[in-house]
Amino acid sequence: MERFEVIIIGAGLAGLAAAYTLAGEGIEVVVLERGEFPGAKNVSGGRLYLNPVRPLFPSLWEDAPFERKIVHEGITLLAKEGSVALEYSGEELRRPPGHSFSVLRSRFDRWLAERAEERGAAILPNTLVERPLVEQGRVIGVRAGGEDLAADVVISCDGALSLTAEKAGLRTPGFPRDYAVGVKEVIALDPGKIADRFHVSEGEGSARLYLGEVTKGMFGGGFLYTNRDSISIGLVIRIEDIGGEAARSVPALLDEFKERPEICSLVRGGTTAEYSAHLIPEAGLRGMGKLYGDGIIIAGDAAGLALNLGLTVRGMEYALASGYYAAQAFLRAKGKRDFSAPSLEVYRSLLDDSFVLKDFRNFAGTPDVLDNPRYFEHYPELAAAVFRDLYKVPAGSKDTLFSTVRRHVDLKEIWSILKDLKKASAI
Amino acid sequence: MSENAGLKAKLGLDVFKPLGKPHIRIRPGMEKDSRLKAAVTGCPAGLYTENEKGEVTLAIDGCLECGTCRIACGTDVLDWNYPQGGEGVQFRFG
Ligand SMILES: Cc1cc2nc3c(=O)[nH]c(=O)nc-3n(C[C@H](O)[C@H](O)[C@H](O)COP(=O)(O)OP(=O)(O)OC[C@H]3O[C@@H](n4cnc5c(N)ncnc54)[C@H](O)[C@@H]3O)c2cc1C
Ligand code: SF4
Repeated sequence: MERFEVIIIGAGLAGLAAAYTLAGEGIEVVVLERGEFPGAKNVSGGRLYLNPVRPLFPSLWEDAPFERKIVHEGITLLAKEGSVALEYSGEELRRPPGHSFSVLRSRFDRWLAERAEERGAAILPNTLVERPLVEQGRVIGVRAGGEDLAADVVISCDGALSLTAEKAGLRTPGFPRDYAVGVKEVIALDPGKIADRFHVSEGEGSARLYLGEVTKGMFGGGFLYTNRDSISIGLVIRIEDIGGEAARSVPALLDEFKERPEICSLVRGGTTAEYSAHLIPEAGLRGMGKLYGDGIIIAGDAAGLALNLGLTVRGMEYALASGYYAAQAFLRAKGKRDFSAPSLEVYRSLLDDSFVLKDFRNFAGTPDVLDNPRYFEHYPELAAAVFRDLYKVPAGSKDTLFSTVRRHVDLKEIWSILKDLKKASAI
Repeated sequence: MSENAGLKAKLGLDVFKPLGKPHIRIRPGMEKDSRLKAAVTGCPAGLYTENEKGEVTLAIDGCLECGTCRIACGTDVLDWNYPQGGEGVQFRFG
């Protein structure tokens, strides 16, 4: 049986971060990827926040294939008719080295794979891992492409479905409540039009999020990111909420979103270049699976390390960082020549002390707080109704501003808002 | 354009490498299981359809390998696997 120090399953961000880090330490590491190239199967919104991960990969970012530096943030509450939007742009978002960047994963992952290869990692595309090899409860390698391969440690970075961990008995199949589906179109659009429509200069971009009618009140939202010469637009919807009586199909929801006047004017003249879909783990701390076992470490989406904070889905930084810490955990275990679960437990403490599990603990209550249909239906409608009447000049005399607002926000409503605010203190 | 024709056209923009054999199957005898309804509305590629007998069928071409149906319906209903290495959808943007 061919033997490696480390076998990594999946050339996504978690797997590639682990491979890059291990190869940099001279570890014999192979990455098995089922796609024809790294990134071929991967989807994000997406925007990468660099601050948390920059120090983990100090020399990496110089020539990264970022699409645009995000300098405008926008959030729009969509009502059935009308919408209320809030925009933020701050000089600090512009300042080097930059706060966050839009990325397209097929390009980005391929680039990161090249960086890992330069350091000596072997990346084998077109290779599906069928299952982990388990002997007396210990993972000793994998079966891939009809062959058995052995390793001291298998780092499983196979994404949201986490089939390897499931087959190793470390996870059970996921529940509809704990996952969302993201659907997305990349729409090719002339950079000049992007600059004009989003008020950005070359290399700069905009991120917009949409709540409300976009998901017909279901848990989730819409997103729009500008890329170099395209726009990423899509929806995230919790799987449990899909398919109620008379439900719209997921593809129909995306089409309706694109037809909204708020969106249509932004993408006009563009041509859809790709349609994609991908799962997102979103149960937060509650949904986090086992992080390690005998001979195995689990990182990225496969470990449930993604957060849906209502306004943003974050998973890429957690994937990169958990891949990095998985590599560090291997290095420590190697020092002891002990790859059992107790020795690999250090992975958990490294994550515990890092921004990854600190974020997960800070936002542990968020999924439950957000699980409130008022956020996805009532508040967007309320906001639009208040503004509609504030702006309205009727044929007769106009009400005072205060009584206009009070018409929509009566005592009962104030009471409900206070209750929501009280719960929101856990966010 | 009907909803379905629009979706087919969109899927036509994607690159798909030919599949050896179908990687997802509805387990025999489960075609009428109510859990499949969530796949009919939820599958982003619209690959699940319900016929007049109330049976759900799956046409695998165009599968985006997202896993939604596996989560929505569960593994009692679906025999769900990834395609073989190098097969299936290939995102150029992602
Ligand atoms: C629509 C959408 C929008 C999102 N927006 C954002 C965002 O704006 N910001 C953000 O930070 N995050 C976002 N996310 C989340 C983010 O994309 C994920 O958290 C991130 O991709 C996780 O990386 P990963 O390396 O863990 O998994 P993945 O990127 O899924 O990589 C897993 C890899 O494993 C491979 N693989 C799987 N099984 C096998 C096998 N058996 N054998 C061989 N290879 C295998 C796959 O082909 C893949 O390459 C979004 C996600 C979606 C779907
Ligand atoms: S994996 Fe996704 S695209 Fe493929 S059949 Fe299931 S839901 Fe549809």
